Amino acid sequence: MSQVETGSNGTPKVGVYVCHCGINISQKVEISETVEFAKKLPYVTVVREYKFMCSDPGQELIQQDIREGLVDRVVVASCSPLMHEHTFRGAMAAGGGNPFLFQMANIREHVSWVTVDKKAATKKAKALIAAAVERIALHQPLERVQVPVHPDVLVVGGGIAGIHAALTLADSGKKVYLVEREPTIGGHMAKLDKTFPTLDCSACILTPKMSAVGAHPNITLWTYSEVTKVDGYVGNFKVTVKRKPRYVDEEKCVGCLECIEACIFKEGKFRSEFDEGLSKRKPVYIPFPQATPLVAVIDPETCIEFKTGKCKKSCAEVCAPEAIDFEQTEKIKEIEVGAIVLATGFKTFDAARVSRYGYGKYPNVYTSLEVERLVNAAGPTGGEVLLDNGKKPKTVGIVHCVGSRDENTNPYCSRVCCMYSLKLAHLLQERTGAEIYDFYIDMRTPGKGYEEFYERVSQEKVHFIRGRVGEITDWAMEPEEVGKLVMRAEDTLMGAVRRVPVDMVVLAVGLEPQDDAEEVRRIFNIGCSHDGWFLERHPKLAPVSTFTDGVFLAGACQGPKDIPDSVAQAGAAASEAMAIIDRGYVELEPNTAFIIEDLCSGCKTCVAICPFSATSFDEEKKVVVVNGALCKGCGTCVAACPSGALQQNLFTDEQIFHEIKGVVSYV
Amino acid sequence: MKYLYYPGCSARSTGKPYEESMLSVAEVLEIPIEELEDWNCCGATTYMAINELKAFALCARNFALAERQVEAEEEINLVAPCAACYLGLNKAQHYLGEFPEIRAKICEGLHAAGLESTGRVRVRHPLDVLVNDIGLEKIASAVTKPLEGFRVACYYGCQIIRPYAEFDDQHRPTTMDRLMESLGAEVIDWPIKTRCCGGSLTGTVQECGLRLSAMLLNEAKNRGCNVIATACPLCQFNLECYQSQMKRQFGYEFKMPVAFFTQLIGVAFGIPKRKLGLQRLFLPLPDVSKVAVCPLPSPSETKASVGGSNVPS
Repeated sequence: MSQVETGSNGTPKVGVYVCHCGINISQKVEISETVEFAKKLPYVTVVREYKFMCSDPGQELIQQDIREGLVDRVVVASCSPLMHEHTFRGAMAAGGGNPFLFQMANIREHVSWVTVDKKAATKKAKALIAAAVERIALHQPLERVQVPVHPDVLVVGGGIAGIHAALTLADSGKKVYLVEREPTIGGHMAKLDKTFPTLDCSACILTPKMSAVGAHPNITLWTYSEVTKVDGYVGNFKVTVKRKPRYVDEEKCVGCLECIEACIFKEGKFRSEFDEGLSKRKPVYIPFPQATPLVAVIDPETCIEFKTGKCKKSCAEVCAPEAIDFEQTEKIKEIEVGAIVLATGFKTFDAARVSRYGYGKYPNVYTSLEVERLVNAAGPTGGEVLLDNGKKPKTVGIVHCVGSRDENTNPYCSRVCCMYSLKLAHLLQERTGAEIYDFYIDMRTPGKGYEEFYERVSQEKVHFIRGRVGEITDWAMEPEEVGKLVMRAEDTLMGAVRRVPVDMVVLAVGLEPQDDAEEVRRIFNIGCSHDGWFLERHPKLAPVSTFTDGVFLAGACQGPKDIPDSVAQAGAAASEAMAIIDRGYVELEPNTAFIIEDLCSGCKTCVAICPFSATSFDEEKKVVVVNGALCKGCGTCVAACPSGALQQNLFTDEQIFHEIKGVVSYV
Repeated sequence: MKYLYYPGCSARSTGKPYEESMLSVAEVLEIPIEELEDWNCCGATTYMAINELKAFALCARNFALAERQVEAEEEINLVAPCAACYLGLNKAQHYLGEFPEIRAKICEGLHAAGLESTGRVRVRHPLDVLVNDIGLEKIASAVTKPLEGFRVACYYGCQIIRPYAEFDDQHRPTTMDRLMESLGAEVIDWPIKTRCCGGSLTGTVQECGLRLSAMLLNEAKNRGCNVIATACPLCQFNLECYQSQMKRQFGYEFKMPVAFFTQLIGVAFGIPKRKLGLQRLFLPLPDVSKVAVCPLPSPSETKASVGGSNVPS
């Protein structure tokens, strides 16, 4: 091992601070033994223990020791650096030290929380402290670089969360790009009839916000578009957006519907995505009357012209502004933004996966989203709820937790189903006069006015049965069951198995991550929790941030959420984005790569592989140059360099070797 | 792919026609299948209920024997037609794979007998093998006497798809339905095709067991079925042999033939009756030449099933 470089200060003076973390650490790690051990390590001048190092008095210990000249380098043995590295680096700086002469030994997440045996825990804690001490002696003072922030913001997803985030940002004067995959914004909320618990008409409260988006001078709305690539970093993202051809010029189309009238298909023939397949649309269509933008779209999968090239194209003939353009092609847009809000939403659970409920087999078994369309006055039936025989249902069964709270499908609670089931129970009864049987496991109504709504619905013609439905069949055992759907469930309050014959069944399907959540996650370089929802930085204290700085989450892409929560989160994400933009600059961590020119052979291996294009070749000196402002400190070039000429601040070979030495040499 | 045949005890007693018909069908389809040498009892449901570890040991010995019989390092398909054997063996293989401590104990025992089980054996049901390995196309091409006039209720019972849904949906399976359709039979929609037949309750708490079987028969009859196809010797026995007793107890006369699904394949293949063990059935297969061809009753036209309150749901 090489000689320790001491710098101008002479021999390093290392302070070791061991945290109890209440009893989180001290109940597994023998603190006094660890402290005695640390005192004997090289360069250590001060060792202290404290109940909470992250508290103000804890930080003050460090600051005082620096001010008094007792220490110039600090090791804190406590929790994960993800949690408090920032805190302690701040304490270093406040005490007058360099924040990068600091190292954390994680003896909580890596030791006390995951070790049963006290002796083993203490031993491992000692090894990690020794490693940190060995490494800190080699640290160099480093400075953060400030980089200006691009003032624009990207919002991905045009459901209620994306709409609210975009409007909040735009109203504050930021220029916003709102990218939506579908031909219109509005998302799931546009499909709903009423909203719980107030029974506001969903469209009435949503569509004003949709048109505000369309008309806002600060919002660039790109529907029928998808983000395909994100480069760069917080403050300076470079985003590639694919604009799919809709074969109708958005600038020219006035939304007059003439083309749809003129289409050679006299009636709609293809599944309407907006009506959940309960109505048919034509190849040229506008999803719903309040679509934003109010621009037609041609679906090439079903359009005769695209399939045969032999359509007489009456749509184009009747279009006065000549908006129809069969030659339109995909367009790639590249934009620069300082922050990103992801609001990509959810999909509903596929009810056919729970085969015993007969969805897809029995025509009168519906999903809740389908029933939202059925009860909607603007829906496929004009708000009439009719069975396949054309009659109104006299009895309706509602099944909660379809695809939720079930280890065979999703273990989590989807949070919205109890409330929307109550709402549908109310609406179905209002529209049809039917008697409702509502099968629930637990009625979950935590929210402002939610329990009161439950109370109100329970006064109506709704029977609540506490039990998970086992199966739905057309198997009649009693005369009154003939021709009905028979729901079998254990009524856990009555302690008996019941058979309830009904005319219609509503399956309260849960919420799931979008099919392409994994791909989106990769594009934006964020994490997913084990069930596929996008992962927040901290579940309590950073609920809209992600582990990628500058990328924020809003709405159900982070987990099942109702409208009030989605909107609240969207507002939070927008203000977090604003905080970055308004500060005007970001500080880059100095853990960047640097080149030892004498060792560089000029092979350019690193130039080709750098994902941030931070390495380039100096033709004059015949060596590689690293641009510190572009380098993100990923270490790819350092690992690839065959001659060891590329090194990384805070991760030099020497530092890592000493860290290993620390782990293996003392305990 | 290597197939070894694990008969189990019932295929050599009450379920004899299951074995006869399965092997005859395998012969026509040219499926090379040899019997597992020196096989022993699977432990059945009874042993499993008393001492799981010993039941696993019994199963594991069969796996080890299979590995000894097939030396080449290939996957062995151990075909167990009896639903209880299939489930017991499958459960043992799952537990050996998932719980190292169980695996260690069992391997120790096997070792003492000079045997070894590495997990190379995959437990298969003949229904799975026929439909998913051999394929409906090949089966359909071997049909010489399509099952016209047969209105089959496909009965899966509780064991071959639960809890291990290795080859079909746990609640609404379709494998046998598709198989019977490929033979030219008409398959009735019978939503209770995975309900319990009563199992061994017909021998212990008969009152309860018979009711369960009676519900199945009644609903099949109501829906226009003229033969029930089963994949389990005990289901076949329960549904077929107690019909006269059900008549005494509930007053319903079913006269419903209950055959192994392999027997129906054999009939469609034109295999001689005795090679399918058809003579062993108490109730003969329907004489389809005498069945009047009339449309099936729709569920809304059918009568309610076995006298409601008389039968538990």
